[in-house]
Amino acid sequence: MKTLILSSAVLALTAGAALAESHMQTVRLGTEGAYPPYNFLNDAGEVDGFEREVGDEVCARAELTCEWVTNDWDSIIPNLVSGNYDTIIAGMSITDERDEVIDFTQNYLPPAPSAYVAASEEVDVMGDVVAAQTTTIQAGHVADSGAALLEFATPEEAVAAVRNGEAEAVFADKDFLVPIVEASGGELVFVGEDVSLGNGIGIGLRESDGELRETLDAAIQSMKDDGSLNELILKWFGEDAQTF
Amino acid sequence: MFSYCADPDTLEGLRWLSCYLTTGKHLSFYWAFGTVLLLLAVTAPVALLFGFGGAVAARSRVAPLAWFGKGYIALVRGVPDIAFFLFFVIALDQGIEWLRHQAKCPDWDQPIRQGNDFVVCAEAKMPLSTSAQWVHEVYGFWLAVFTFAIVFGAFAANVLFGAMRAVPRAQIETGEAYGMTRAQIFRRILVPQMWVYALPGLSNLWMVLIKASPLLFLLGVEDIVYWARELGSTKTPQFTDYPHGDWRMWYFLFLLVFYLGFTRVSEIALDRLMRRLTHGQATLGGGAGRAGMTEAGPP
Repeated sequence: MKTLILSSAVLALTAGAALAESHMQTVRLGTEGAYPPYNFLNDAGEVDGFEREVGDEVCARAELTCEWVTNDWDSIIPNLVSGNYDTIIAGMSITDERDEVIDFTQNYLPPAPSAYVAASEEVDVMGDVVAAQTTTIQAGHVADSGAALLEFATPEEAVAAVRNGEAEAVFADKDFLVPIVEASGGELVFVGEDVSLGNGIGIGLRESDGELRETLDAAIQSMKDDGSLNELILKWFGEDAQTF
Repeated sequence: MFSYCADPDTLEGLRWLSCYLTTGKHLSFYWAFGTVLLLLAVTAPVALLFGFGGAVAARSRVAPLAWFGKGYIALVRGVPDIAFFLFFVIALDQGIEWLRHQAKCPDWDQPIRQGNDFVVCAEAKMPLSTSAQWVHEVYGFWLAVFTFAIVFGAFAANVLFGAMRAVPRAQIETGEAYGMTRAQIFRRILVPQMWVYALPGLSNLWMVLIKASPLLFLLGVEDIVYWARELGSTKTPQFTDYPHGDWRMWYFLFLLVFYLGFTRVSEIALDRLMRRLTHGQATLGGGAGRAGMTEAGPP
């Protein structure tokens, strides 16, 4: 009798697990993999960084199976709308222009400051040649500021342009620039004022994916409510980072 | 990889390098060389087949077939590679998914195009979104092979079309005199003799194909140029055990050596092939292979 109860309990448990398994929806997360600390490839060649941890936690809370995919920044929106992956989680700021093409969840990172970095303090960031990554809010801001904009496919190349003198300054997310300035040993410095752009960073989705958007939104909200999101922000962006 | 790699900060010199060059990321880089070589090995014969088909179609006496062959050659050769790669692959992918959608989800009531979005039912996705990542990668690889084959097939078709016309008329007439049918002449005289005229053009194509492999990344296949850029870019100590400055120059130098070596090997192989194909033919190259012909000339 005892074994019967036990075995039926085991059976019920495994059946329940199997049922849960089949209900798990697979969501493919698209990211760039070249923008530390937001997302980057670690030494093992896997996606790592703040967004990796946020994405994995959101997926766990929403009970989704998630798969990470890397894609060039240039074509990250076209590949989303044609269905090669289901979300963009790549440090993408929520802006009105992007909102016309795709949808966003609520932000999982408050509007972060962007900053100028140059080889010397005397650079005039409003008038000289400024490098930025193509199709970013920073590139849009530089174009509006009156400086001559020099666009690059990756943020790495934008920084390299300052090092080799092709551009006077580079304009990018401050959180991306801080480790680079620290590691440069005084070769690169912050210049000018920090600028706050956009409405924070959210997960991008196809406009037709309303259901997934609500699921992810709820998961982000629960991470905001219990403070686990703030912990991750402090872990990856330092003690001075803005939290919710 | 090695046991002493657990704490890279304490390592120096060759030991550090041996650990650095065997990280998971570097293994992906080495693996990408295999991907590129496999792509070339598969694409070249498939493209040649497409080219042969295109050339035969363009020569056909059936008008619609000839139009198709000539249209294929003119259209694909005229469109810039990058535009073709960006447009065609997305269109092909969506076309396959649309067909699967029609077959598998007949009672789907929503439109497939919703604004910018291309939405098909989950069962029609190609590959299924539940498939493992490697399935997606293999699928992407075959899309790449097919696209490369179509593009290079059009160029090859033009080369073969010209080569078939270059075979001396007298050779064909001899076949006719022996009472061969058109098919027999094509198989026994035209095709064996045309290669010598086609080879210079085809070898050019092969060289261009080798160098076109970076276009792979446009198709989502992570090729050697992508990894060289990623590995060479500046690494700050927070995010890696092996921090370094901008090393892209060294990685690209390595690629340069690889591509130069590879094209050199190809040149040698193509030279040998040329010597074989011209053997005994009444061309300058073929005459050189015939004993006593080089100096004496025709009797």
